[in-house]
Amino acid sequence: MALQNVCDLHNPPLFPQWSAPLSRSFMPEDSTHLSGGGIHGEAFSTRLPGRGSLSPLEFYMPIAEYLTESPINFGQTSLSSAPTKLLEIDHLHPSLPSISLPPPTPFPVSPSVPLPFTLSHGTTTLGFAFQGGVIAAADTRSSCSGLVACPASPKVLPIHSHLVGTTSGTSADCALWKRILARELRLYQLRHRRRLSTGGAAKLLSHMLHPFKGTELCVAATLCGWDGDDEKHEQPITEKHANTPTNQMTASNSSGQSAASGASATCGPRVIYVCSDGLRLQGELFSVGSGSPYAYSILDSSVYWGMSVQEATEVAREAVYRATYRDAYSGNNVDLYHVTAKGWRRRERENLKEEYYREKERERRVIAY
Amino acid sequence: MEYLIGIQGPDFVLVAADNVAASSIIQMKHDYDKMFKLSEKILLLCVGEAGDTVQFAEYIQKNVQLYKMRNGYELSPAAAANFTRKNLADYLRSRTPYHVNLLLAGYDEADGPGLYYMDYLSALAKAPFAAHGYGAFLTLSILDRYYRPGDSALSLIRLNKRFILNLPSFTVRLIDKDGIHDMEKLPVAPGG
Repeated sequence: MALQNVCDLHNPPLFPQWSAPLSRSFMPEDSTHLSGGGIHGEAFSTRLPGRGSLSPLEFYMPIAEYLTESPINFGQTSLSSAPTKLLEIDHLHPSLPSISLPPPTPFPVSPSVPLPFTLSHGTTTLGFAFQGGVIAAADTRSSCSGLVACPASPKVLPIHSHLVGTTSGTSADCALWKRILARELRLYQLRHRRRLSTGGAAKLLSHMLHPFKGTELCVAATLCGWDGDDEKHEQPITEKHANTPTNQMTASNSSGQSAASGASATCGPRVIYVCSDGLRLQGELFSVGSGSPYAYSILDSSVYWGMSVQEATEVAREAVYRATYRDAYSGNNVDLYHVTAKGWRRRERENLKEEYYREKERERRVIAY
Repeated sequence: MEYLIGIQGPDFVLVAADNVAASSIIQMKHDYDKMFKLSEKILLLCVGEAGDTVQFAEYIQKNVQLYKMRNGYELSPAAAANFTRKNLADYLRSRTPYHVNLLLAGYDEADGPGLYYMDYLSALAKAPFAAHGYGAFLTLSILDRYYRPGDSALSLIRLNKRFILNLPSFTVRLIDKDGIHDMEKLPVAPGG
């Protein structure tokens, strides 16, 4: 009885044996299995399944059948036969509970499954390196053809303490592969007692994505990280806050040491672009997504190696703002991460709507003047 | 569009490749090196589909180096070219063919300089001069007209400068008996 309450099953028709008396489902030969005292024996006997019936502890888990349904039945406007199939099922199985079982549709096993909606790289992400580290910035709009699916999605994902990655392409693919990369990097760190460099991480990601070339997997990531010396952990923990309290970024005091190691071959800031069609490029400035041309024009004119952290933040923010202004698939907020030798720091998410109104106000004042 | 060119002289091979790495309309990198050093005297120049180039070229590069480690001596350019061709041909009729166009240039102690042209269908040809890309249409005719087998390095470099196309810069390298030498990176020369 206690088990029944815990499982919260109220005599579902699929479990007629649940309330059946013991004698009916209890086969004579099973008595040999019952050993021990009376209470234990009784406890066992209530749990022993009868021949050909489900174990009472087994829940009805609809998951298996749920997954055999092709996901293309959701929201696919061209397929008009989908709703009629569901009606047929209700008709055929009136005894079922209100859970509508999807039919075991034999969907065509074609090499490329048609997508439920058109994908687009609707985003603006950018990353560049300068003397003070690496800046990674992105908008936060997730679009799904003409619909804004999520206005506050994080597109810059931290992978480990000294590496962040911007994501572009399919959001789900990017999130998954970022997690896989984070796992592999952590394993590498545990095995080899050192962090894998950004170039190594990019190569690893590129090789992991290579088998999926030609499929609809779409990941275009910019890995922005700092390759450091081995194990020089001077308070990296305290700097690794999720949020800086104000919008003002204090000039990082790692700029001193970074100036010395800025352009060195083995350590320093790194920006590497990795794409699921196999492209892997190391450089100093990359922008990815539908808004990238607009961002490039701002960045190409303003980014130089010797800029300060304050300047770099402003340029990145401006580039994303201009891209969201012109590109329909980018918008809402801007996320900004700054990676230094001490790790990454995140600037508070800023709503670009405010900036837009501020600019309109400025223009209005200029015109009125 | 990407561009490769190679010219063989009496005791050297001169190769040049453009420096652009593009993704649809955006030039993502303008100092991208398309030459892969297979050994001290062999260079592989590789253009084609985005990920295939690097994957295939690095695969060949590592295998050539592995051969050297296993056997103690390096593959000759002819052997490396045939090895590359065999790999390209094996993948051609698989589910993942590599869409790459290659130039392999090397200097052999016994055979002298060699330039090998290979395309994505794994056709291999040893040629005195070769080019890939849209620029090939323009430059091959010039080479046909002006190439002489005994030309010195300088005259061929001048010839090279004459037909730099609308690509911003090139990496030029020369292979002779002393190994691989970097020539200066040529920016676009107005008026040739």
